[in-house]
Parts: sequence; structure tokens; C-alpha cells
Amino acid sequence: MFESALFGKLTLSAIPYTNPIIMSALGISALIGLLILGWVTQQGQWGYLWREWLTSVDHKRIGVMYIILAVVMMLRGFSDAIMMRIHQAYAEGLGQGFLPPEHYNQIFSAHGTIMIIFVAMPFFIGLMNYVVPLQIGARDVAFPFLNSVSFWLTVASAGLVMVSLAVGDFSQAGWSGYPPLSEIQFSPGSGVDYWMWSLQLGGIGTLLTGINFFVTIIKMRAPGMSMMKIPVFTWTILVTTVLIMLSFPVLTVTLFLLTLDRYLDMHFFTAGMGGNQMMFTNLFWVWGHPEVYIVILPAFGIYSEVVSTFSHKRLFGYASMVYASIAIAFLSFIVWLHHFFTMGAGADVNSFFGIATMIIAVPTGVKIFNWLFTMYRGRIEFTTPMLWSIGFIITFTIGGMTGVLLSVPGADFVLHNTEFLVAHFHNMLIPGALFGYFAGYSFWFPKMFGFKLDEKWGRRAFWSWLGGFYLAFMPLYALGFMGMPRRLVHYDNPIWQPYLLIALAGTILISYGIFCQAAQLYVSIKNREALRDTTGDIWDSHSLEWSVTSPPPFYNFAKVPHVESLDALAYMKEHGIPHRAEAPYSPIHMPRNSGVGVAIGAFTFVFGFAIVWHIWWMVIASTLAIMAAIVMRASDENVDYMLSAEEVARIEKNGAQAASSGPSGLSHHDMITQG
Amino acid sequence: MSATTLTADHLHTHHEEHHDGKENALFGFWIYLMTDCILFASLFATYAVLRHNYADGPTGKELFDLRYVFIETMFLLFSSFSNGFAMISMHKKDRSATLKWLMLTALLGLGFVGMEINEFTHLAMEGNGPDRSGFLSAFFGLVGTHGAHVSIGLIWMGVMMGQLYFKGITPAITSRLLRLSLFWHFLDIIWIMVFTIVYLMGVL
Repeated sequence: MFESALFGKLTLSAIPYTNPIIMSALGISALIGLLILGWVTQQGQWGYLWREWLTSVDHKRIGVMYIILAVVMMLRGFSDAIMMRIHQAYAEGLGQGFLPPEHYNQIFSAHGTIMIIFVAMPFFIGLMNYVVPLQIGARDVAFPFLNSVSFWLTVASAGLVMVSLAVGDFSQAGWSGYPPLSEIQFSPGSGVDYWMWSLQLGGIGTLLTGINFFVTIIKMRAPGMSMMKIPVFTWTILVTTVLIMLSFPVLTVTLFLLTLDRYLDMHFFTAGMGGNQMMFTNLFWVWGHPEVYIVILPAFGIYSEVVSTFSHKRLFGYASMVYASIAIAFLSFIVWLHHFFTMGAGADVNSFFGIATMIIAVPTGVKIFNWLFTMYRGRIEFTTPMLWSIGFIITFTIGGMTGVLLSVPGADFVLHNTEFLVAHFHNMLIPGALFGYFAGYSFWFPKMFGFKLDEKWGRRAFWSWLGGFYLAFMPLYALGFMGMPRRLVHYDNPIWQPYLLIALAGTILISYGIFCQAAQLYVSIKNREALRDTTGDIWDSHSLEWSVTSPPPFYNFAKVPHVESLDALAYMKEHGIPHRAEAPYSPIHMPRNSGVGVAIGAFTFVFGFAIVWHIWWMVIASTLAIMAAIVMRASDENVDYMLSAEEVARIEKNGAQAASSGPSGLSHHDMITQG
Repeated sequence: MSATTLTADHLHTHHEEHHDGKENALFGFWIYLMTDCILFASLFATYAVLRHNYADGPTGKELFDLRYVFIETMFLLFSSFSNGFAMISMHKKDRSATLKWLMLTALLGLGFVGMEINEFTHLAMEGNGPDRSGFLSAFFGLVGTHGAHVSIGLIWMGVMMGQLYFKGITPAITSRLLRLSLFWHFLDIIWIMVFTIVYLMGVL
């Protein structure tokens, strides 16, 4: 009795110490973690890390931290992928693969959840954090502190997924967690709870980010930047934030209702007692389909910037790009049912959703042609970001065509839940989202760190990823046609095996690609002096982020620029308008760093862990702690300061080198009123 | 690093150069309310789907007491009314009147939440709790989420009364009270929908 009050459902047997695969994964993660912690301690950098990074409210620092989180989680998600591929390649007939079914189920559920929620989302949110305020000529986002809270909520929920490896298990109900399988009756363990709460808490962080960036883009643009002068990447982010604000509350509700079913024995989605399982499926995809565009539209924006920059031409059809993004956003809300045509809604309903799905190909096609026309007769430089973009255009078009095929309800009845579907959505998300983030990463890396990435290793990474992608996923299309269902832990059809072996070879090639990316980073840091960007505009590009030094000073712009035209920097360069601010400077109003965001993240993590294990005293304590942190922050009047004009002048004179040191040791600054 | 004392002059240039932080906060909060609107829309949709799934349990007609809910509704509507007076006093920079009106608002809000808890407890005691049927799950889910919002609003109001008492009517506190007032009126509008769709249509 006492033990269950103290530990809830948590017992020692929740730690899977008998499973050698999980334990070695844990061991390796723990070892890497300890090495990093040890290294930071040895360098004596904890103070620096805390003051300048973890507590930072600077959108640039938060952006970089988001990207680091995405990369770490990508390694986890990719480990899941390679385990599934190895397992399936040897799970034919007498072969049993190497994973027991309950572990295999957790791996594919974790892979999907991690790749969408903890890789794709933080990766593009990181890029947009870094780039959007710079592109619109702003000094920070509308709510810098809220930005820090959003980031730490995301870290807390990613942490929950990682902890599920060590304590308890992860969901076996797939990344979409359909009931009744995800109900307490059929999944009594902690797995679904880990999945549910990590999605829920991370989703709240994402919603706050969406609101923050929407307000930033609407309210904080530099003078002169009217809506149709907004850089195209920022436009896609604006549309994305609208999608986030419209769809994430639905996810919140859906997961909340499943929580009520699981924790309080309610009957929203149960098989009996008046529950309705298909309501979950509908609600989930009312969020889930816009979510697909939430991760893809920012990549479209990145490709537009990259293709225009490296073709050395203005983007073809800027206005049509903007309207196509808006059209895609609108359509994304009226196609959710194509994820479950087999529900049996009837011919009329299925036709509506089938046709709406096909129509999405139109604005997307507009975008593809715009990129092609931008390249047409341009002086194309085949840099790494450009390679990712060209690889995307070709591969994504193939994926788009298989999507139109699937949008025919009749065809979908045959291909539903087969490997064809797995091939299709990977064919959309890997080139459509991930390649875009990689392009953005190599495109803006010199802006972030002041030196560019090594081209040779970048090209190697690209070709390995591209070749690996085709090898890994084209066989899955064939397997789908041959009738192989997705998520199979074992099969008795020798004809399928060669295809799965080819897919495994593709995955191995992709892992070489990831190795190349690590090598690229290492080589680039080593040769950073040779790769140094002294101009701030290393690619001869067109928008405002390139008008400041690389890396930019923490206040971004010594003077807020005035925007005359679309492609503001290109206009300034053409007309000989100086784009670097000159003396005299004015004082700048800046937000102060705050540890409260970290604290809220930490308490949220404790809350998530406690509620997964039904440790009620800890749930109450962490909730009170979160509320106390919020009230404390609200009572703190000392949240911002003025940076003096002399200080701005000093930083501007010293250039990039001063830029990396933020406003530390500002405690002697006089307190001013709150913003 | 050199320090600068912020004068009214500085603030003024800042406001002209940048966009006003408080204006952003109000706009941002308005946007947040719209996302909350979608949250409630999803709950209403859920209720609409499940409203006849009684699972051989009681119907709305058997459970709802319109007179009781009407009094409950009046508590919330009058709390919005007194909140309006609090805002007027705040704009007149009258701290003690603002505090008094806020106190009345909070009491009326407490009355509303108390009546709701009482209603819920009675239902649960009679075996008609949220685990009885899909219909009752949807009822408790929707009405309870609204009640939880009102309760959070009450906590917020308590904190604001404290800040108002100790710090007076500062620009930051004015901005927060405006947002709280938006939140309060928003919950009122949601309640009108709940009253109509859940209670009135349930009894019809």
C-alpha cells in the first residue's frame, strides 16, 4: 500500500535488464552522455553553457539548440530504422530475425513518433528560429521567454521518449496509436502512456511556438516590408504557424480524451459502452494531415531560397509560390479521410476526399515548375544545398505521383496498410522534409557559425543519402504491389526476401551518408579558418539575414533596416545602398536570459514521468512547481535591459568576434519596466 | 559593459522603433484564444458524435436540471459583468475599486465552479459518472474542460489581485488584466454554447 503510494505503478521489473539489445543501447547512450558531460566538466564550461546557452532567450541560440536536439533524436530514430530493416531481411520462413515481436512493435512505433515529432519538428523549428527574425529585420521573436519555454517543453518530451527505453517500455500501438489497441484493456503497460504524454507535452510546446512566430511575422517586420515583400521562407513559415495553430489543439484534445479513457475509465474511443473508435482516427488525422504539411512547407521555403540563390536569379513566380502555400494549407484540412478510406464512409464521402487529395497536386506542381523555371537559364552553382534541392525535386515528384495513385479510393483499398504506403510517405517526407532541412543546414551554417561546411564531404553525404533512399524504398513499392502488409514481424514468402535485402543495403548506404555528415562537420571545424565567411553574404544571396555579419551580433541589427523591395538585400546591393548600419547608434532594448524556461522544462519532465507511472504525489508536486515558476516569472520585473549606444558601437567595430558573446554579467544594469 | 538608466525618453524611442511589446502580448493572447476556440470546437464535435450513445444509461433529459444550470449560468454572466466594471475602474486608475470588482468577479466565478462541482458530484454519486456511457464521457469532458478553464482563470485572478495590491496599476499589470478579461469573456461565450448545445438541446 505504502509502496504504491510512493512509486505508483513503478517497480524494479520496469527496467528491462534481461534484454541485451535494450541494455546495450542504454549502455552506449549512457556512455556517450557521460563522455559529453565529462568533457564539459573538464573544459570548465558549465557556467558558460548555463549562462549563454541553456538559459538563453536569443532566438539564434534556441534555434541551434533545437537543431542539436533534432540531430540527436535522428540518430535514435535511425537506429530504430536500421534494426527494423535488419530484422525484416532475416525474418522469412524459419528465420526469426533478431527481435521479439513486443520489442519490434515498440521499435516501429518509436521510429514514427521520433522521426515526426522529435526530428522533423525540432529541425525546422530550429531553422526558423534562427532565420525568420533575421529575414524580417527583427531583433528577436515577439515572446523570447516563451520561446525558451517551448524549447524546453520539447526537450522534456523527447527526454520522456528516451527514458521509456530504460524504465518501462514504449507503445506497441504504432505511431498513430489507434484505439481500441491503445486502450487500457489491450495495452495495460506504460508504453502507450509514454507515447501519449510525450506527444501531448511536446505538442503544447509546438503550439506556443506557432503562436509566437505568427505574432512575430505579423507584428515585427522591418518598416517597409509589406506582406508581399516577405521573403519566401518566412512566408512558408507564416503559413506553417497557421497550420500549427489550427491543428495542434485538435491533437491536444484527441490525446486528452484517450488519457481520460485510459486513466478514468471513460468511453470516448472504447469498443463498448458508447465509445466510438473511428472518432479517434478522424480526430487524429484532422491534426495528422496538416502535420504533414507543417513539416513539408518550411522545406519548400528553404528550397525556394536555395534554388534562387544558387541559380543567381530571382525566384520565378514569387506570388504564385505564396498563393500555392496558402492553397496547400487550405486543402490540407479537407483531405484527412484519405488516411482511412477503408473506414467505409461510402462512395460519396470517399470521392470527395479522393478528389480533394488529387487537387493538392496542383499547387504543389506549381511550386515544382517555379523551381524549374528559376533554374532555367540560370548560372547554377552545384553546391551541397543545391544538390539536396535538385535531388528533392526529382524524388519528390515520384512520391507525389504515387500519392495521386493512392488518392483513388479503389486503388487505396488494395494498397492500404501495405509496404506501398510505407514507401509513399517516406518518399514524401525524406526528400520533401529532411533533404530540405539538410539543404537549410548547409545553406545557413555559415551564417550560424561564421564558416561554411566542407563541400567534398557534403557531396558524398548527398549521393549516399540519395542512392540509399532509392535502394531502401523503391523495393517497398514493389513489395506493396506484391501484397506485403506493413509492420510485419515475420513472413512466409521467400519471394519478398530479396527486396527486403536490397532495402537493407539502402539503409546501410544511408548510414554511410550519416557518417559523411559527421565527417563533414569534423573536417569543417578543423579547417574553419580556410572556410571562414568574412563578408556575411557568402553565397551572394538576396534576403536580410545575409546583410549582417556571420554570426550576427546578439541584437541582430544595430539599426533596424528599411525594406524597399522583395529580396531586400539584393535591392540594396543593386542600388548601392549600404546595408551595414553606421554610427551614430541608438540604445537597444533587449530581453534578459532566464533559467525559468529550463525549470519549467525540468518540472514538465518530472510531471510526464510521474503521470506515466501514476505517482500522484509527484504529479501534484510538479504541477504546483510549474505554476509557481510561472507566477514567479510574472512577478519578476527585471526581465529586460537597455544596451547602450556605446556598447553597440564597440560590438559593431569588433565585428563577428564580439558577436558570439552575449549579454553576460548584466546584473549591474538598471532595472526597467517589463515588456 | 556600460549601464544605462532607462528614462521615459528611452522608452519613447523604443516604442517608436519597435512594435509595442504590450500590443504584441494582447495580439498573441487573442491568437491563443482562437486556438483554445479550436480546442473547444473539437470537444463540441466529440459531444455531437457521442450525444446519443447512452449505452442503456440515462439521457440528458433525465439528468439535467435546467433551473439549476440557469442559476449557474447567471453566476458566470454576472461575473463577466463585474469584470467589466473592474476594467473601467482600472482605466480610471482606481486600485481599490478595481480590487473590489475583481473580488466580486472571483466570488461569482467561485460560485459557478462550486455549483458545477456539486452537479458533477451528484451525478457521480448516483452512478452516472463519466465512466457510465459515451454520452456521459463526452458531457464530463466538455463541461469539465470549461470548468477547468474557469478554475485556471480564478487562480490567475488571485495572482493578479495580489500583484495589484502590492504593485498598483502598472502598465504590465494593466496589460495582464486586459488579457485576463479577454479570457474571462471568452469563457463566457463558450459557456453560452455549452448551455445551448448540451443543456437546452439535451432537455429538448
